[in-house]
Amino acid sequence: MSEFVYLYRNSERPASPELMQQQMQKWMAWMKELQDKGHIKDIGHPLERVGKVVKSSGKSISDGPFAEAKDVVGGYTLIEAKDLNQAAELASGCPVFNLGGYVEVRPVMKM
Amino acid sequence: MDLYEHLFRRESGRLIAALLRVFGLHNLALAEDVAQDALCRALEVWKFHGPPANPAAWLMATAKNRAVDVLRRERRLRTFAPELGRLLESEWTLVPSVEELFEPRALQDDLLRMMFSCCHPQLSEESQVSLILHILCGFGVGEVAGAFLASEAATEKRLWRSKKVLAGSKRLVDVADDQGVRRRLPAVQRALYLLFNEGYHGASPESGVRAELCHEAMRLTALLLEHPATSTPASRALLALMCFHAARLPARLDASGQLTSLFDQARALWDKNLIAEGERLLDLSATGPDLSEYHVQAAIAAIHSQACGAEDTNWRAIVTLYDTLMQVSPSPVVALNRAIAIGQLEGPDRGIEEIRAISGVERLGRYPFYYAAIGELELRRGRHQEAGTHFRAALALARNPMERQFLERRLVASQPQSGPKELPT
Repeated sequence: MSEFVYLYRNSERPASPELMQQQMQKWMAWMKELQDKGHIKDIGHPLERVGKVVKSSGKSISDGPFAEAKDVVGGYTLIEAKDLNQAAELASGCPVFNLGGYVEVRPVMKM
Repeated sequence: MDLYEHLFRRESGRLIAALLRVFGLHNLALAEDVAQDALCRALEVWKFHGPPANPAAWLMATAKNRAVDVLRRERRLRTFAPELGRLLESEWTLVPSVEELFEPRALQDDLLRMMFSCCHPQLSEESQVSLILHILCGFGVGEVAGAFLASEAATEKRLWRSKKVLAGSKRLVDVADDQGVRRRLPAVQRALYLLFNEGYHGASPESGVRAELCHEAMRLTALLLEHPATSTPASRALLALMCFHAARLPARLDASGQLTSLFDQARALWDKNLIAEGERLLDLSATGPDLSEYHVQAAIAAIHSQACGAEDTNWRAIVTLYDTLMQVSPSPVVALNRAIAIGQLEGPDRGIEEIRAISGVERLGRYPFYYAAIGELELRRGRHQEAGTHFRAALALARNPMERQFLERRLVASQPQSGPKELPT
């Protein structure tokens, strides 16, 4: 088994409270399915939309969100899968797609 | 853990109502933003870690913290609730004042206060209902549009205008102010009645949405009964009426999803608990000198709910009640229903006579069930051709696919040659 990180990017806000709840329930169901199949190493966290961007060894500190606001990372999860193809395949059911977002799947580099 | 259905929608209304007491009604847009932020946070955090043990309290605490942030940041830039005044200026009083407004006991009347504020006298009844749905019930613009079968653009415009009026009012209606509450109570009852009717009669293919409107109207009307100033006999009668009608919801559509008239409904499907609740409330409403239209309508619905079918319905009592209703709240539609009841009691000839005698009948010219009612009575006196003509006229006025299908079936049934057809096997 190898490890991968899912970076959830660029998801829009649902248009109404009802749609928010539906979206959340889809996420919970999707996460649970991955968990039940033993693919979740660490469920990870959502990330705040704001922060700081630090450049040039601390000489430049600016407020995020970041240059490309549409590519903001909304959260991450650490996944276990056979290979990159399987990791990508597992991400294809992610509810982030419902609201214009996407998942970046990145293999974790190991020694 | 599973969340209860519509939690986000319900809590959205409570969050906005609570935030408005801190921010003031003129900051409605800000309150909506902060409430939406709290819900979005919940979506983000809960989708990873699941909801907390008390999701509603989590949302309220999140909104409160955001409110304190906003007050700190903007207290010199804008004015907030006039009731709080200088308390927000000092850090020593700001947090305790906000804390106090978010105490569970303080939150109790928020929805009621908001409901009364939405029924602003400058707003049309439809605008009031739209606002209640949008702000109190947490329906998005698209969902409000769906409820009224209106376009999203038109709904957005109407809501925008209504919110401007609402935000222009000096302050929230104080539920402790008996006089102010009493003045607006009829408008509030009317708005809830319309909301319920929209769910009950505004048949659309997505019947699920419809039942939700009825449930929301009942939930809000039940709130009226919890407060001494608003729990009047008319409020109880209104909820009784809703209970009797909601009891019929399971039978209003047949197995194939078609609209079914009161006469043909499978009454075994009527919800007996709701009928019992309606009867209890109707009893409770029988106090005081005022007889509202809700009392009379609830009494009519109660008689229908006691009968096993059209044949053993007490039509004499129903006609008498319609006579009363014509005095309390006369309208051509009430007159039409009275004529139909007379048709049941004294035969189709008398029914048609009464329909022809309705004053202001021209106001029924666009109402499909006016022609359908004549069609039914003509059919009962065996005049198939006249029946057909009237059902066709009704069909041409049908307002949605559900009504169209219903009237098409009545038209087919009214024609002798088309009797029972053999089904292809």
